[in-house]
Amino acid sequence: MIVEFGHFALILALVVAIGQSVLPMVGAARRDVRLAAFGRQAAHAQFALLGLSFAALTYAFVTSDFSVALVVSNSHSLKPMLYKISGVWGNHEGSMLLWVLILAAFGSAVAAFGRNLPESLKSRVIGVQGMIGVGFLLFIVLTSNPFERMLPAPLDGRDLNPLLQDPGLAFHPPFLYLGYVGLSVAFSFAVAALIEGKVDAAWARWVRPWTLAAWSSLTLGIALGSWWAYYELGWGGWWFWDPVENASFMPWLAATALLHSAIVVEKRDALKSWTVLLAIIAFSLSLMGTFIVRSGVLTSVHAFAVDPERGVFILILLGIAVGGSLALYAWRAPDLQPGGLFRPISREGGLLINNLFLAVACATVLLGTLYPLIAEAVADEKISVGPPFFNATFIPLMIPLIILMAAGPMMGWKRAGISGLLHRLRAALVATAAAALVVLFVAETDAIAAALGVAAGVWVLAGVTTDLVHRCRSREGTLGAGLNRLFNLPRSVWGTALGHAGVAIVVMGITVDSLMSTDIIAAAEPGDRFELAGRTLVYEGVEPKMGPNYMSERGVISVYKGDEKIAELDPERRFYPVQGMTTTEAAIRSTVFEDLYVVIGEQDEQGRRTVRLHHNPLVPWLWFGTIIMVLGGVLSLSDRRLRVGAPIRSKKATTGKTEGGAPPAGAQPEAGD
Amino acid sequence: MKAVLTAFVALFLWSLPAAAVQPDEMLADPTLESRAQALGKQLRCLVCQSESIEDSNADLASDLRVLVREKITEGLNDREIKDFLVERYGTYVLLNPPAQGSTLWLWLAPGILVALGGAAVVLILRRKSAAKGQGPAPLTPEEQARLAKLTGSDAGIDRNA
Repeated sequence: MIVEFGHFALILALVVAIGQSVLPMVGAARRDVRLAAFGRQAAHAQFALLGLSFAALTYAFVTSDFSVALVVSNSHSLKPMLYKISGVWGNHEGSMLLWVLILAAFGSAVAAFGRNLPESLKSRVIGVQGMIGVGFLLFIVLTSNPFERMLPAPLDGRDLNPLLQDPGLAFHPPFLYLGYVGLSVAFSFAVAALIEGKVDAAWARWVRPWTLAAWSSLTLGIALGSWWAYYELGWGGWWFWDPVENASFMPWLAATALLHSAIVVEKRDALKSWTVLLAIIAFSLSLMGTFIVRSGVLTSVHAFAVDPERGVFILILLGIAVGGSLALYAWRAPDLQPGGLFRPISREGGLLINNLFLAVACATVLLGTLYPLIAEAVADEKISVGPPFFNATFIPLMIPLIILMAAGPMMGWKRAGISGLLHRLRAALVATAAAALVVLFVAETDAIAAALGVAAGVWVLAGVTTDLVHRCRSREGTLGAGLNRLFNLPRSVWGTALGHAGVAIVVMGITVDSLMSTDIIAAAEPGDRFELAGRTLVYEGVEPKMGPNYMSERGVISVYKGDEKIAELDPERRFYPVQGMTTTEAAIRSTVFEDLYVVIGEQDEQGRRTVRLHHNPLVPWLWFGTIIMVLGGVLSLSDRRLRVGAPIRSKKATTGKTEGGAPPAGAQPEAGD
Repeated sequence: MKAVLTAFVALFLWSLPAAAVQPDEMLADPTLESRAQALGKQLRCLVCQSESIEDSNADLASDLRVLVREKITEGLNDREIKDFLVERYGTYVLLNPPAQGSTLWLWLAPGILVALGGAAVVLILRRKSAAKGQGPAPLTPEEQARLAKLTGSDAGIDRNA
């Protein structure tokens, strides 16, 4: 009964979404307040209905209701509760339901927090959100019903793919979708602005927090996926340039560019047309990511043609959304008034170059991902575009970005001087050169590449530090006054600093791990000793272990430094009988500078066991760096100036136009981002 | 009980695939082995979804790893081994598509895009410095009314403050 209730709520949500996509649009055109109010209420109602629907599906999973086909194929009564819940979105139908639930949540949030928005703009944003909702709800109701019953009900389920029964992957989809779908708000704002024919600082000020929230979630979602691959796939890789990964990485690149270009619109009223286009592109790439992952087009164009129903539906949806919004852009964008002037060497100029390289990087990833599909579809030619291609093209495109990243935040708006900038950055330049030299001498292999990567990271960190120090150099010159200013800097300044510092840390982690990791792969007997990166690892043997829904072999590997035992690692091989699958569970000892990563394999005929022992230097920095980046995003989001939508705010804080009116207490006015 | 469990687990785990290169496939000479691994990273496991033969646990990947190591021991260089595999499996086996024929554009694209984008940036900057005196669009009467209401006066707006 509850399941039918959920299904009914889903269909009702579709009906509400249809109303939401039409009436507020009409209301905005006719300046009809009642229709606008309907849009707001519809957005809340759609969210509430989808919330009920999602709750009903979760209920079916939690209670292991095996009369629901989706529960049968993705759950099992013995599965731990966490994975019963994550099983709701660990499959196609459930994940699409989560997708629209998040979409409706964002729509509802715009309706709730958008009291300061011009009425017509808000109505149109809500209307566009409604249209996206209609598309995806139709998709779910017509092709991917999560509530389908199965009669007679089997006694137990077929279990969730064991690879997905993992904490990293349990939370990976929700964050990824928060990111994907969060970009829908920027998209809706862009479309609404094109209909209105006006983009101004207030618009950018509205788009930025949503983009920032989406970007932070996407960053976290991608990192969770990467982290999962690192410890679950059993050989220490964390990024594969796999089309599924690229599908999430492209919206991230576009969102990063959008974050930066929206600053220019907000502060200087320039780059408006480009920013609107970026907002459209960012969400289009999210849609394409969903299409790529969900349609089966990846395995082969031919595999897609075998079961085309869902794929074709998403393709049509994609065509309407992307084609429609781009057509609207081509029609309306020329009307957008060009704004503020600036010199090539200026903050705006720097942000423009940032956008150039991010956009080209994004286009390169897009091309590399789609090229094999196009070649197969057009010329029936099978080619591969793999990691070597992406590394060879993507990394060079990042170099100018990294160089700019340190200098950009210090450049003045409108015009900046190169010589003054270099003078201010001289300490950073010295630190960078020193770091490069040290690495050149220390590194045993790939010294030049390692030196470049580490220098890039040090350069950005030093630049960030220089910027912060410069901002709080006080007139009195005392340390206390300086520190006081440091802590009173606007949170958006801290956000930028942390965001950039996070990237620097990730870059160093990537470089050092890619070039300097070492491993031993051997067939071991209990008692065998291995020397790895100054440690002695002793393989002690394997013992059986029972899990709730799996059986496992648990290996024991002791780690010695000299004669002192510093750790015992227990990698596992798990067998999940319901799905007949084996997974490897790496055991990892993380310290600040390195991971010791061990995996056990199978036994050979002589009873020896395959052991893989990896020393992965600086891998923890990938995760630290990402967390710092996300922290930067969240901090920036909490900046008072960006919290235009906060439900409770002081009377003076208003949207864009009265920027000078209410500077945050204690902060220097408009210290910039 | 423990013995039964051990036997049971062993029964199931026996001969199940393990990840990537196996000890018995590896070459004794570490220099040659690291060469084989570097080469293997550039070769696609043909039955997998974008995995290299070094990362895959498919049987075919294992066969190819052994094949690559055989060829290395026979004294072939990397280029010859790649040519041999391309002849056998087509360019599909190369994760790094060759910069020739239909994939030439793929390699040229990033450079072309940077050039085009750079030209666009220059144009934007030119137009920006040419278009003097064009400020932001003036406020509509509606907005001016709102502004007056919000500020309580007709105070000036300093957007670059």
